[in-house]
Amino acid sequence: MWKTIVRRFLIMIPQLFVLSVIIFVLAKFMPGDPFTGLITPQTDPARIAELQEKAGLHDPVHIQYLRWMGNAFQGDFGLSYTYKRDVAALIGERAMNTFWLSLLSVILLYAIAIPLGILAGRYQNSRLDKAIVLYSFITYAIPTFVLALVFLFLFGYQLEWFPTKGSVEIGYEPGTLRYFWNKFYHILLPAITYAILGTTGIIQYLRSEIIDAKAMDYVRTARSKGIPMRKVYSKHIFRNSLLPIAAFLGFTITGLLGGSIFIETIFGYPGMGQLFVSSISSRDYSVITALVMLFGFLALLGSLLSDIIMSIVDPRIRIE
Amino acid sequence: MKSNELLKIANLSTGFRIKDSFYNAVDGVSLTLKKNEVLAIVGESGCGKSTLATSIMGLYDPHNTRVKGDILFQDKNLAALSDEEMNEIRGGQISIIFQDPLSALNPLMRIGEQIEEGLLYHTKLSKAERKNRALELLEQVGIRQPERIIRQFPHQLSGGMRQRVIIAIAVSCKPKIIIADEPTTALDVTIQAQILDLLIELQAETEAGIILITHDLGVVAEMADRVAVMYAGEIIEEAEVEELFSNPKHPYTRSLFHSIPQLNSNSDRLNVIKGIVPSLVNLPRSGCRFSSRIPWISAEAHEKNPQLHEVAPGHFVRCTCYRNFNLRGKRGGRNYELYTNK
Repeated sequence: MWKTIVRRFLIMIPQLFVLSVIIFVLAKFMPGDPFTGLITPQTDPARIAELQEKAGLHDPVHIQYLRWMGNAFQGDFGLSYTYKRDVAALIGERAMNTFWLSLLSVILLYAIAIPLGILAGRYQNSRLDKAIVLYSFITYAIPTFVLALVFLFLFGYQLEWFPTKGSVEIGYEPGTLRYFWNKFYHILLPAITYAILGTTGIIQYLRSEIIDAKAMDYVRTARSKGIPMRKVYSKHIFRNSLLPIAAFLGFTITGLLGGSIFIETIFGYPGMGQLFVSSISSRDYSVITALVMLFGFLALLGSLLSDIIMSIVDPRIRIE
Repeated sequence: MKSNELLKIANLSTGFRIKDSFYNAVDGVSLTLKKNEVLAIVGESGCGKSTLATSIMGLYDPHNTRVKGDILFQDKNLAALSDEEMNEIRGGQISIIFQDPLSALNPLMRIGEQIEEGLLYHTKLSKAERKNRALELLEQVGIRQPERIIRQFPHQLSGGMRQRVIIAIAVSCKPKIIIADEPTTALDVTIQAQILDLLIELQAETEAGIILITHDLGVVAEMADRVAVMYAGEIIEEAEVEELFSNPKHPYTRSLFHSIPQLNSNSDRLNVIKGIVPSLVNLPRSGCRFSSRIPWISAEAHEKNPQLHEVAPGHFVRCTCYRNFNLRGKRGGRNYELYTNK
């Protein structure tokens, strides 16, 4: 298994190389550059050219690419033009914010979706099942930004139960309990919004897996051993039904760092999604390229993680 | 029930819900299984033999299935027990071996665990004792290196070995009755013989009664003491095995025997009974159910309401149409033959 994991990592190198070239070229094709936004009628074009020269934007493209890659290998993704900060540190900080938000979101998501999926599958065609399926279709049909705005308006501005922006209020000492509590308080509403909207896939998957599993021969075998129904569900049906969910788990774990563009933007939460959008609109190349590289790497890592998880939970799958 | 009777099924009907009506797949079946006996139930696909087995085990969902009649076992009527009460019987007193060993084991559970599971609910054995019993059972069903096998998963075993594991599960709690629902159909021929030998061997040891469900008359000849032939949900003939094989009466039984390929005949085609078993919905519920497949027999030859007639001691045949039945015949200016060569 270790051999496979090392091999998979080696395969990632050419994949990431291709990705880096594509990202770099696409970033270059975007109209404008980091200084476009600074131009006013009073700006001296010579001053802009000077800044561009200083930033290396006049060098041949391949030189720019090699410089970027060379630095990236040393963990230096350059300086954000807009934030005037080291990109790695900036992303690191945002990644932590996003990580906590996503973690809570995913925990809530599973906490809602798994019991509902199980209930719907177990009591198929009952009123409960129909209600759950209806719920899952409604949440599937609601666009993220609509529910996010409604919740923000209702619970944030009208009822004032939750803060409406940011990740923590100013004036709290990092490391204290109050600081953590305040952070948790800030991520709660966005996380609930995310969790409510994301449940459809898991509910539907789990429901249909359970319905399929119920009719399986091994369930009949288990029943014919005289095992109580409750145990047949917990030991035979659920375990088999959770396999497809486990298949996504790797992506879910690496996705924790990806963040949600809509949720973060609407709730004014300084995370990866928000950083990504703002960096694109301000042509902050070094941030864009670093972020896309990171997302690409996470996607590859997610698929590897998923394979490893599957090989652990399903004995029929062994990676040799 | 008499002292030598293990299981007595009386007028059992099992109906499935199709669009809010129930259609009986097993229709008024009465059978008795004696101690230490192998009772074979024979019939083509769709005749209701597996439905009968599943009804005895009480494995049907009561919402979509209706089981009527009595299934008497010891002093209980299994048809009237709740699912919880049936759990005491299932696996402990009556166990079942299903047709397809490839899908009958949980793919995520080790062999040992699957064998021990039944022991957990029907015996008071400790964890260590259950493990020892599992090893003992695997050895009993002829699996070598049981210590290695109990730690393996089903996909690591061959079909024959998996069927042995399923048999081990079935006999684990020393049941009084074993229902074998086409236990060898999914296996290749050499393995079939081994599995049947194993069943005979286990029966000799445990003195269990076996209900053997099959469509393979060769298996019946080899294993059974008594045979019940089913057609379209009814038992149409029942007799001791020698009597049935030497003196089959019902047109359907005779047709079945004629369908067996003969090694010594030169014909390169197989005899196939024309037509199919009528579907549940289209099945005529009165009259002789086999009449549609033997159209040259006149309506008067059939009974209006066919009953089982005792034609020899212990040999029962349904309907009177057997009396002057020939494999081919003429009626209304047309020639008929039972078999098609297609």
